[in-house]
Amino acid sequence: MTDRTRLVLLLAPALLVLGGLFLTGLGLTLLRSFRYVPALGMTEPDLSAYTAILTAPGFLKSLVLSLWIASVSTLIAAVLALATALLLRQTFPGRAVISFLVQLNLTIPHIVGAIGILYLLSQSGSFARLAHAAGLIATPAEFPVLTQDPYAIGIILLYVWKELPFITLILLANMQTLGEDHESVARSLGATRWQAVRHVLLPLLMPALLAASALVFAFAFGAYEVPLVLGAHAPKVLPVLAWQASTDSDLTTRPEAMAMAVVIALIGFALLALYARLVGKDSPRAP
Amino acid sequence: MRPSLRTLAGLALAGFLVLPLLPLVAWSVARGWRFPALMPDQVSAQAWTFALSSQAGVLASFATTTLIATATTLLALLVGLPAGRALGLYRFRGRGLVLLLLLAPALLPGIAVVFGLHGILLRLGLAGTMPGVILAHLIPVLPYMTLVMTAVFARFDPAFEQQARSLGATPLQTFRSVTLPAIMPGLMIACLFAFLVSWSQYLLTLAVGAGRVQTLPLLLFSFASAGRNDITAAIALLYILPGLLILAVTARRITGRGAALTERLHP
Repeated sequence: MTDRTRLVLLLAPALLVLGGLFLTGLGLTLLRSFRYVPALGMTEPDLSAYTAILTAPGFLKSLVLSLWIASVSTLIAAVLALATALLLRQTFPGRAVISFLVQLNLTIPHIVGAIGILYLLSQSGSFARLAHAAGLIATPAEFPVLTQDPYAIGIILLYVWKELPFITLILLANMQTLGEDHESVARSLGATRWQAVRHVLLPLLMPALLAASALVFAFAFGAYEVPLVLGAHAPKVLPVLAWQASTDSDLTTRPEAMAMAVVIALIGFALLALYARLVGKDSPRAP
Repeated sequence: MRPSLRTLAGLALAGFLVLPLLPLVAWSVARGWRFPALMPDQVSAQAWTFALSSQAGVLASFATTTLIATATTLLALLVGLPAGRALGLYRFRGRGLVLLLLLAPALLPGIAVVFGLHGILLRLGLAGTMPGVILAHLIPVLPYMTLVMTAVFARFDPAFEQQARSLGATPLQTFRSVTLPAIMPGLMIACLFAFLVSWSQYLLTLAVGAGRVQTLPLLLFSFASAGRNDITAAIALLYILPGLLILAVTARRITGRGAALTERLHP
């Protein structure tokens, strides 16, 4: 067997799954977004689904909300994760416990965390009860709206809680690969500890931090179940809006759901391009 | 930073990481816990008794979820192991493109592919069935499995296989006695985390299962939206159990070489 045949045989099943399910699924969504569904006698593709979503105020509001959630949670999670990674690199009492908690958090499904945040921060949640006990509020309605709120504070907090450990672990693995040699050289040349971190370690970590952030952004932008639990009634995040349009009893909104899915996919592909550029698309290793 | 300050920062971090889980533990044993009571009026095993009874459907759902995640993992292994071998051991034209194609489902939101996917599975007669849900889960799980196996095979020396073959071992014997032991640690971690990725899927199951395949997260959400905080909390804690078990198994590996594999885990 030549190497070429061997390669084709080894890769064929994976390519079949990715092509047959993933790419075909995307393609079918794209076709339907152009209102091309031969089975229903719709054989003349047009762009009316796109005009419909772009002229409806709901779509743009949802797009902005989703981008807001993804940007803010990624930014906060990235900054805190960097601080956490720098902290966990040092030795101090209790470090093992924190390392364990960071890993524990990684295994908890998003929907569980979302329900936990809801029970913690809702107007009748644990913090509201504490505020009542402290005499700060008399009724639940006086407690600030932190879940199902217009600024998506609950959703953002959940993503920070869930993705901080994710980015931290990537950074720690990266620091381990880099070793301490670069910083030692800087220190021996007279740099202070902070200068060595700021001018030597941070630039070396940056590609990994950005790549991990791209993953987190993509997830926070496209997740469905977290805003389902913690999101406000209106505006809804884009994935929830798209799903709702697809299950509407009014069949004409179906192509609009497909068009929204295509917009989400395009943003996903842009992030993929960014990620591949940061990681170097030839390397199979993570950042 | 002084060690005492580090401990303080560590404590704050630990508090933040644990905080959302505390109300779940409290609610699961609470009975009649109305605002503004700080603590439940009564501690009760009622929610747990109900969640573990056959009428709640939680145990059946647990079994369904386990079955789906196990089948998805095995299927992903069957497909991802050969692909990982090709990508880890060989440099060929189009390799970058294949890696990019593998990364795409890990990065693209499920909602982008789910409508078209439902159409395909409907045509195959698999919509609303467990095999359909397993195929759907394969999309986010396969990239993870393949990329970890790629990293595993990148460190694997195929010369050992050639020696075994030249000494008269059959391909199957070579795989069992030479290849498998060498890739086993990485393979185990890939499988455990593949299991977790499938275990936590929500939207793909909802869309492809069409209400007929009830996994734990779907059941969890229906109790949560019904406002049954105590039962919801008990189910949520049951739902995180396998993750805790997996963590216990891999905790020792997760530092060092394991960490390089953990970073493949989907956020």
